[in-house]
Amino acid sequence: MAEVHKEPQEFTLRIRRYDPESGEPAYWDEHTVELEPHRSVLEGILQARARFDGSIGIRCSCRAAICGSCGVRINGQPGLACHTHLDKAVASSRDGVIEVEPMGNMPVLKDLIVDMDQVHWKKVQRVTPWLVNKQPIPEREYIVPAYNMVDVTQSMACIQCGACVSDCLSMEVDPLFIGPAALAKAYRFVGDPRDAQQFERLKDLAEDPHGIYDCTHCFKCIEACPKGVAPMNQIMRLRRMAGDVHGINDRNNGHRHEIVFAHLIRDHGLLWEAELLPRSYGGDSFFGKFHPAAGAELVSSLPAITKALVRGKVTPMGALKPHKLPKQDLGQIHSIYDKVEGREEPYELNLYVTGYDEDESGAEGMPSAETGTPGMEPEESPSR
Amino acid sequence: MPQHDVLIIGAGLAGQRAALAAADAGATVAIMSKVHPVRSHSVAAAGGINAAINPADDWRSHAFDTVKGSDFLGDQDAIEVMCREAPHEILHLEHIGVTFHRNEKGELDLRAFGGASMKRTAYVADITGQAILHVLYEQLMKYHETVARYEEWFTTSLIQDDDGTCVGCVARDIRTGVMETFTAKNVILASGGAGQCYKPTTNGLIVTGDGIAQAYRIGAPLMDMEMVQYHPTTLVENGFLITEGARGEGAHLLNAHGERFMEKTAPNKMELASRDVVSRAEQIEINEGRGVGPGGAGIALDVTVVPKKRVHEALREIVNIGKDFAGVDITAEPIIIRPGQHYIMGGVKTDIDGATPIEGLYAAGEVACVSVHGGNRLGANSLLDTLIFGRRSGEHAAARAAGMSMPTLSDEQMHADAAWIDEIIGRGRGGRRISEIKEELGTTMNQYCAVFRDAEGLDKAHEVVRRLKEEARTAYIDDRGTVFNQDVLGAIELGYMLDCAESIVVAAIERKESRGAQYRTDFPERNDEQWLKHIDIKVNGDDTPKVTYSPVTITQWQPEERKY
Repeated sequence: MAEVHKEPQEFTLRIRRYDPESGEPAYWDEHTVELEPHRSVLEGILQARARFDGSIGIRCSCRAAICGSCGVRINGQPGLACHTHLDKAVASSRDGVIEVEPMGNMPVLKDLIVDMDQVHWKKVQRVTPWLVNKQPIPEREYIVPAYNMVDVTQSMACIQCGACVSDCLSMEVDPLFIGPAALAKAYRFVGDPRDAQQFERLKDLAEDPHGIYDCTHCFKCIEACPKGVAPMNQIMRLRRMAGDVHGINDRNNGHRHEIVFAHLIRDHGLLWEAELLPRSYGGDSFFGKFHPAAGAELVSSLPAITKALVRGKVTPMGALKPHKLPKQDLGQIHSIYDKVEGREEPYELNLYVTGYDEDESGAEGMPSAETGTPGMEPEESPSR
Repeated sequence: MPQHDVLIIGAGLAGQRAALAAADAGATVAIMSKVHPVRSHSVAAAGGINAAINPADDWRSHAFDTVKGSDFLGDQDAIEVMCREAPHEILHLEHIGVTFHRNEKGELDLRAFGGASMKRTAYVADITGQAILHVLYEQLMKYHETVARYEEWFTTSLIQDDDGTCVGCVARDIRTGVMETFTAKNVILASGGAGQCYKPTTNGLIVTGDGIAQAYRIGAPLMDMEMVQYHPTTLVENGFLITEGARGEGAHLLNAHGERFMEKTAPNKMELASRDVVSRAEQIEINEGRGVGPGGAGIALDVTVVPKKRVHEALREIVNIGKDFAGVDITAEPIIIRPGQHYIMGGVKTDIDGATPIEGLYAAGEVACVSVHGGNRLGANSLLDTLIFGRRSGEHAAARAAGMSMPTLSDEQMHADAAWIDEIIGRGRGGRRISEIKEELGTTMNQYCAVFRDAEGLDKAHEVVRRLKEEARTAYIDDRGTVFNQDVLGAIELGYMLDCAESIVVAAIERKESRGAQYRTDFPERNDEQWLKHIDIKVNGDDTPKVTYSPVTITQWQPEERKY
């Protein structure tokens, strides 16, 4: 049985403070607390508040990563204060002091408290976050496959803490991006067989320039999520259903872009930028670049292309000539494609279904889940 | 001044259900909460919700199990209402989107739970409370034009008119510090229990008995307050909850000798006897030196007997809790647990429509005592209680509002409360810190008013609570600001907790028998002749509260010996 009793030791917290009434800018405030190393950063903050300064502002309630109140950044990484052990936080700190800041991408109200209504909840409201019932509503329960209810449990497990929103890179660039949490919420309805508007929802989210194709697969939200919701995976599943199942060719060219991306890699082993955009817009063939839409896109991309050339990020020859891998390497890539595309069922991204939790395999002394399902196999490329 | 037909204070399951029901009945509705609704403590309810929904089941069986679980202190008319309406309510939840897990046929799946004579607990993995709470909030977002939401508003007082009718409340916008008078034809309290009176507790930091104390202060009687549930499986580490669903899925409880000791006390139901029975059995093992872990202070909960695939799809949350908060992989080894404070069966006395004896004031959920739980609540009956009586309160309050005009209020109480807050903020540093008083209260209650109680300990606890009440008057805070001054709210909450704690202790002293969660080592037998009655607690100025009794309603089940 695990060793549970450890001696208390000292930990220093450097807390970002901001008092909107003072007229002063935000500042750092240090407190040293004494707790067992496996206690949480939240417990550290609460001890500082109880013993030294009751004015430290943080939302919190359950202390057990269920209520989603205490989203913060610890040493620059978003997460729940109650879900991060003090010893681990020290290990990830720059100088042995645990830095706690409010989450990003949302305005700070006071200390560690951010305005989630202005950003997070507005975005949730955007995705029509309620079931639109299939008619007729049955007298008893809807009869639906057991699989589907387990499947949507992963997005139901979202506690709306905002950690994924905090560090969403796409949202930093495009504040209108619907974002990881709200899109995970959207999957909860799209994946729910009782909902009457699967197509309409997908069409809406695919056509929105700030919708599912606005995500750049940076994986930040998957790392940030304390509940294993893996928002990016839910976004990829929305794309799969929009593009592959419903054949929605969105006006953002998101779906076509994905197809071309995958085909170019299959054929050349490496990305061929000069073909990627024209084919995404003009059609997935050698002739795609002669389509008027491709020309228009080329013209609109000229400033970016020029900048890249000036800075030496690409050379004209390098961009126009197809990149190609050595034959044996390309062969390996083809075998990956054959394996992935040869499956009848797509690779499953849902941990409630697979029993596979990404951080389990890496956790120290924690045996990975033996599931007997294909979940342990490598994930497919996020763009397909 | 905001005016509404129905004002709901608290936005957990009971509050949100009440709001939706009142809105559906055509009332103008506002729902107010000191936290964002999805942070409400209903979110932590894990295992499921009971209903006799299987055609082979019968609501009467559910009702009898509940009566027996309550150790015959529950009011049988209320229990009948709850159990009869349960299947319909579950179907309603299913229709609005709750993702209840299914069996192979695609019907609602049901799992076993404590004290139940058959499988009748519908569930969403082990996040049932969260799933229902978030789905109700989806509905509130859908109703955004018809239900006004006051999120992060803290209630300081209920307001009565000259006849004693409840006509609104005073609240503080936590974000700005602005105080406001809310006028309402009806107020529904749905602000949850008072677990923070105890340390440790499974309850969140927000569960500070606000509504219980607010009602008590304006003269509403509190009932069954001595009945405090200790959940059999809370982490020895820190008191976090391990769902009863674990035992429902087949997990075992083992003592230091590796024995399933429940054999001795509940040979038929074993680990799935009612919670008071299991908690007592565990405490006996610990007290008699057969505990496990450091200091022998715990019991081993062995989940490894449940198939791994099942654990991952149905008990995922406790896999996380074990891993993150105890460093234990529950799929590989047992985890050490013990009984821990979890739920208050008692609360503001209501009838089966949620109405309290104070005109215009309703209560639903853990804040209330209908009483459907009596001496001991069955697992997965609390979600049901919140939803059934939340809905009934909402409907009843809306109907009452239809026939009356909007009361007219002055800002008198608001000014008084603003002055009260200013007084707290302005206190000098002569007294104790709020956090110290709260800590002493919690450990005292957990020491003397827990699984086993006696007169000596309870008297001591009462003495401490009285002293802490005195000390709270001069306790100081650090935050002098208005924006998110959580410090001053903490001072007010401490007052609420002390009122609740005193009611609990006084009722526990009063009940000189052992029934349900109240086990008196100095009166170890149940005594139906003298104590088959509710204890009602009423405010008595600043003195020790007044104690009166009210009868238990018995419809079809006469008290009998309780065996599992």
